[in-house]
Amino acid sequence: MTDQDILDLFTRILRDLLTNDAIVLRTDTERSDVPDWDSFSYVNFIVAVEMELSIKFGVADVESFKTVGDIVVKTRALLK
Amino acid sequence: MNWLPSPRDFRQSLRTALAATDPLKRLEALADLAQHQLGFLETIQLDNALKKTATTADAPFVQLRLALLSSCTIDHLLPAIRVAGLRRRLLIEVYAGSFGQYRQELLDPTSALLGFRPDIILFSLTAREAIAGVPLGSTTDEANQTIARASADVQQLWRTARETFKATVIQQSFLDVSEPLFGSYDRLVPGTPTRLIAHLNDLLTDAAAQEHVLWLDIARASARDGLDAWFDAARWLQGKIEIAPQSAARYGDLVARLIAAHRGQSKKCLALDLDNTLWGGVIGDDGIEGIRLGEGSAVGEAHAGLQRYAKQLQDRGVILAVCSKNDLATAEAAFRDHPEMVLRRSDIAAFVANWNDKAENLQAIAKQLNIGLDSLVFVDDNPAERARVRECLPMVAVPELPADAAHYVRCIADAGYFEAVNFTEEDRHRAGQYATNAKREALREGSQSMEDFLHGLDMAVMLGPIGPVDLARAVQLINKTNQFNTTTRRYTAEELSRLATAPENMTFQFRLLDRFGDNGLVSVMLLRPLAGEPEVFDIESWVMSCRVFGRQLEFEAMNIVVEAAQNRGIQALRAHYIPTKKNGVIGSLYESLGFSRLPPPLTADGASRWSLNLAEYHTRPTFIVRREP
Repeated sequence: MTDQDILDLFTRILRDLLTNDAIVLRTDTERSDVPDWDSFSYVNFIVAVEMELSIKFGVADVESFKTVGDIVVKTRALLK
Repeated sequence: MNWLPSPRDFRQSLRTALAATDPLKRLEALADLAQHQLGFLETIQLDNALKKTATTADAPFVQLRLALLSSCTIDHLLPAIRVAGLRRRLLIEVYAGSFGQYRQELLDPTSALLGFRPDIILFSLTAREAIAGVPLGSTTDEANQTIARASADVQQLWRTARETFKATVIQQSFLDVSEPLFGSYDRLVPGTPTRLIAHLNDLLTDAAAQEHVLWLDIARASARDGLDAWFDAARWLQGKIEIAPQSAARYGDLVARLIAAHRGQSKKCLALDLDNTLWGGVIGDDGIEGIRLGEGSAVGEAHAGLQRYAKQLQDRGVILAVCSKNDLATAEAAFRDHPEMVLRRSDIAAFVANWNDKAENLQAIAKQLNIGLDSLVFVDDNPAERARVRECLPMVAVPELPADAAHYVRCIADAGYFEAVNFTEEDRHRAGQYATNAKREALREGSQSMEDFLHGLDMAVMLGPIGPVDLARAVQLINKTNQFNTTTRRYTAEELSRLATAPENMTFQFRLLDRFGDNGLVSVMLLRPLAGEPEVFDIESWVMSCRVFGRQLEFEAMNIVVEAAQNRGIQALRAHYIPTKKNGVIGSLYESLGFSRLPPPLTADGASRWSLNLAEYHTRPTFIVRREP
């Protein structure tokens, strides 16, 4: 999976979660940039990504994520 | 959730469902989608779609309010509960109590919970709280005292939930997420968390049985699925989530099936295919000596295992049927002559083996047993037959059997089709009753006329008010009966007990006996005086088991009730008939009993109102004699 593939997958997951097809994630997107992306749907997002890709983020990873790009980088590493 | 088939194209199906403008059509489409195995994200998507759909009180769907009170984070469980409800045509509105605030919410007379008016309150508590502060070095007595206190504390919550909210209570078993301290020895030390939790769960199950509280056994489910599926330490640390999102779908289904069981919606009959389901191989080709069944091969043992499980289900009251493409004589011969058969021909209440379409045959089975199609579970190894039945009869449950016969039983058991909330005398004897029905059928066929048949049955009725010993069966009958049910009002055990013990009311339970045996408690009638008119009684509910239709019991019951009413100085009876999709069979009941119809009221349920002046009642002669209990 390329970084763009991962980003596209994230976009699709978040669109499905929030029922909002206008969402387009970029590597510099932060949670506060997306309407309704509250802490509850953030956990749902992390869980959905983990289940979709059969990976598991560590608690330290999740705490350090600032931007969507951070999650992409970690995802790429876990997929290797 | 592997008993559910995978959706063909989830996104497209969801889009199609949402395109329907008629809310009922949309709900139907969403409910259909809910019959499939859905992932975590798909469950949330379906729930989002459901939220955007106007929920009407239309007959095929039932609305109810569930309050989930917890000491942990539970918001992630709500979509799965709603979707699992939708799977059973229950539109569950869920109230999630504020994190850890459940005590205050229960007691505060101004709480949002009170405004929500829950029908059901589910206590989803963590063991951490219940056993906090118990020293590891506690003696057995100290540990027992602590656990007894914790149990009493939970029981107090149940009482408050009942008294303040008049709600049905569900208690969830405590999940043991503790780590071993000594190892296996943990269970032998009174003060270890694992022992305390096991002990507390045991105490609470006893209390729940006594107080008619519904028990949601997630501890057992987590033992089945593996604790790692249910508890994820990362989620606990991130957000005090005890039940892992990964198990949300499973949790939701366990909750919804319990609620459905409480409402009498569990399945009643297991309809089994034969070739490669009940035995290995094809009897028409392989012959009776060629099929694989029982000792000697793992495959044969697997099929015998399914038979044994079916037999166990029968022992708890599930009706068994056979639905097979075979020659009847060949199929029956296997039951008679194969030494390894666990099930006997007499265990099968409806035996259909022919070359017709299975969907048609299932309809014939439902008709013969006088139960709804939605009471059937159809088990078949053949994916084409399963797909065909799902397509033609979406109300029939069809588990997606795994390819390996070794796992058939597991799949059927996991689906929870026969979830129950009680186990009554009638359940224990149901199989025998269906077997004697065959004898009754033979008598009917040999009789010259209906009168001749009824006379030949030697029927007797035993009756009385609904007493404490009858309560569980009466509740079960009222909540499970859909056909002969005048108002389809459902009652909890407490409600019925209150109604039956109030001296101003009259309640009746009827048992029907005949020369072939005791049919058990088969009818219940509940009457209350009208407000302001103590000499007029209203028949609030009247139900009768479909097993005894056409035996004149409704006439004899009314003779009895009128007599009892006259003895109390009652002048008249009132009754309602509220039509549903299923109770058309009694559409003219009250008319046939001599009631006259009152002008129609302006109610949405289409109810008709009826009245009977007791002075004008003509006792109807029947072939049923009365017998003292």
